[in-house]
Amino acid sequence: MGTVVRADATGVLETAATRRSPLERLDGRVRIVAAAAFALVVVALPDFAALIVALAAAAGVMLAARLPVLRTLRRVVAMDTFIVFMIALLPFTVPGDPLFSVFGFPASREGLAEGARIALVANAVVLMAMGLLASFEPVGFGRALAGLGAPERLVHLLLFVVRYIDVLEQEQQRLRRAMRARCFRPATSRHTWISIGHLVGMMLIRALERSERILKAMKCRGFTDRLHLDAPPRLGRTDLVFASCFAGLLFGLVLWEVVRAAGH
Amino acid sequence: MPPVIEAKGIVFAYPGRPPVLDGADLALRAGERLCLVGPNGAGKSTLLQILVGLLMPTAGRVAAFGRERRVEADFHEVRRRAGYVFQDPDDQLFCPTVAEDVAFGPLNLGRSRREAAEIVAATLDRLRLAHLADRVTHKLSGGEKRLVTLAAVLAMEPDVLLLDEPTNALDEETWDRLVEILKGLPQAMIVVSHDPHFRRAIGTRGLRLAGGRLTDLDERSRTDLRTGGHRADPVETMDGEG
Repeated sequence: MGTVVRADATGVLETAATRRSPLERLDGRVRIVAAAAFALVVVALPDFAALIVALAAAAGVMLAARLPVLRTLRRVVAMDTFIVFMIALLPFTVPGDPLFSVFGFPASREGLAEGARIALVANAVVLMAMGLLASFEPVGFGRALAGLGAPERLVHLLLFVVRYIDVLEQEQQRLRRAMRARCFRPATSRHTWISIGHLVGMMLIRALERSERILKAMKCRGFTDRLHLDAPPRLGRTDLVFASCFAGLLFGLVLWEVVRAAGH
Repeated sequence: MPPVIEAKGIVFAYPGRPPVLDGADLALRAGERLCLVGPNGAGKSTLLQILVGLLMPTAGRVAAFGRERRVEADFHEVRRRAGYVFQDPDDQLFCPTVAEDVAFGPLNLGRSRREAAEIVAATLDRLRLAHLADRVTHKLSGGEKRLVTLAAVLAMEPDVLLLDEPTNALDEETWDRLVEILKGLPQAMIVVSHDPHFRRAIGTRGLRLAGGRLTDLDERSRTDLRTGGHRADPVETMDGEG
């Protein structure tokens, strides 16, 4: 999902910036914790009805975030293609009542249910994550992570990726263009593989050298292994209201499960 | 004699910006060394890239080597016959060693490894760069990098050269050597250069790119044009860089 982090105008970021939603004004820390807690709870839900409620909540958040619906759904479908094979195989690998059979292999009802459950969980979690997190400015995401006490090294890494991914891409494109100017056309040949290998190798060497130059320049300006990020602001009233509502939703889902399990 | 490369009414804009080229016309004839000047960001490199189809103009036509060129496939031949030397040698040199990088073009043209190796040896020899053959490209000096990129393009035996600021950051010795090499080459060339001495040393004609259009640049007297040598008292240059 490189496009989500990239700082140019092709990702969700650009549209999010042009259409401000109330969710964007929430504190970043609240959004990250909410998305993570949602994922944890939903993964543990065995009941279909509860999962559908969770999916509906995620869709609601996505709409509230005013993400472009079509493009967001396309991203969700892209994620689905990763898991579709696993889901398609589950009915045949999970033992249980045979429902139908393909080429003599019985498909179990339990396996089918398990597959559907996984699909629901994955879609709900991804939708919720996009609704809450996709509108982040990349740097804001780094700040929020730092505010949550994430390891400083990782936060630095993220911030530098955000800063330089574009530089690297431009470098890559200039090299590709220069290769095309010398009549390079990719084909399935030894020459192509060797050339692509050289391209990747040269990119790595350049990136390493560039990082050393950047570090030197930073040291010249007094860098001592610490980036000074703005201290995160105090949580406001909207943050607390949202956090309470969200916690209520999650608690409701868990309670539902407990009651249902007790009823059995 | 028809021009080897001709561009007419070229319009080009980068996304979300006003057009950088807005009706640019250019014609390069055999044997000419055409110098292109203009302020930073005027679109000189953009124009060169359009001539070899690396960028597609929104309007205007490009004809090269006797045919109009419209789509990507048309430009494959143009790129083979018009050697493009990029502004930043680091953009061009991406193979581990000099020999491999010079061989890259000939291999793309379908030469065998052995033929490519022969071409590499001959080209480096001709430019007196044979001693660099096994050096690691990104550890060369700036001047060496420049000469190697020229060798890499000449190895493809182009009919025309497109040079984008070839004298950038060269020391005097390499500068002299580059001038000597270029003046010894039979190819017609388009040279983008901010360096008035360089233009006077090699150019046969000048064009100025400003406001998206090209106009004739008369920065030398007629006699100087013929001798092509340095002038002690250069006539006032139109671009004010002299």
